[in-house]
Amino acid sequence: MSWIFEPWPWYIAGPMIALVMFLLLMTNKNFGMSSNLRTMCAICGAGSKSDLFRFDWKLQKWNLLVVLGAIIGGYIGSHILSKDAVVQINPKTVFELKNLGFESAGNAYLPSELFEINALIEFKTLSILAIGGLLIGFGTRYAGGCTSGHAISGLSDLQLPSLIAVIGFFIGGLTMIHLLFPLIF
Amino acid sequence: MRSIIYLLIGILFGITMFKSEAASWFRIYEMFQFQSFHMYGIIGSALIIGVIVVQSIKRLNITSFFGEPIRFIPKTRSFSRYMFGGILFGFGWALAGACPGPMFTLVGAGFLPILIVIGFSVLGTFLYGLLKEKLPH
Repeated sequence: MSWIFEPWPWYIAGPMIALVMFLLLMTNKNFGMSSNLRTMCAICGAGSKSDLFRFDWKLQKWNLLVVLGAIIGGYIGSHILSKDAVVQINPKTVFELKNLGFESAGNAYLPSELFEINALIEFKTLSILAIGGLLIGFGTRYAGGCTSGHAISGLSDLQLPSLIAVIGFFIGGLTMIHLLFPLIF
Repeated sequence: MRSIIYLLIGILFGITMFKSEAASWFRIYEMFQFQSFHMYGIIGSALIIGVIVVQSIKRLNITSFFGEPIRFIPKTRSFSRYMFGGILFGFGWALAGACPGPMFTLVGAGFLPILIVIGFSVLGTFLYGLLKEKLPH
């Protein structure tokens, strides 16, 4: 039974994501996670500041349930279906990350330098998480979707705008890691 | 009844994100370094099946589980919003190592500092709402 605790290979995970999109289509919904950030703004009353948030958020209740499920799934995946989950990345990547100061590379699921509670006493760690979040939230709404809405749903529907967005995602990600990471870390 | 369906779909998605390591900051970094096929395999295989699924639904006029026609809403044509928005999103994706699905999965997995990322991503979405009239679309 030890296979249960093993990480999933890409050829299991990819089809599962397609299955999630299929199930949502079959219930007449579109797979797109970043819409929930907009819904959360609407629930907090942001509709008085911008028409982007002026809609009946109760119609988006289904997507908030998907989010709740994603949280529960994270608990099941980590606490029931895994034992001390460690991500085995390429040894070359581990070496590069250690050079950048990520000692936890190759020994953890997430870098403890950013995602351990104790790391939050550092202003730099807090700023990195906060700026990362700001860029994700701002960028995804500006682009009209994120990895799920554009890279999976949009590209599956052969939408040119989604292709432009995904190219943008990669220009941004590659610039961040290759040009900005050496300056930040 | 329908609520349970969405909750279950979310659970399936969350387990997949955690177990495939797509929710790992390390996997995102490795992907942008082109040092593993893993993430490309996940997105690529999801996409190939996704294209087949969507095209089949369209050509065979498959209806939803509730018997309604399945609608696909074409995205508005534009370049700047997708490119500029996409680049900003890419910066955040690489920095925080999570996108708007997996960030919630990580809450369930017990990595509480991700709540800062989530809180600020809601704030980022709000800022976009304030500034959108001033941005090229």
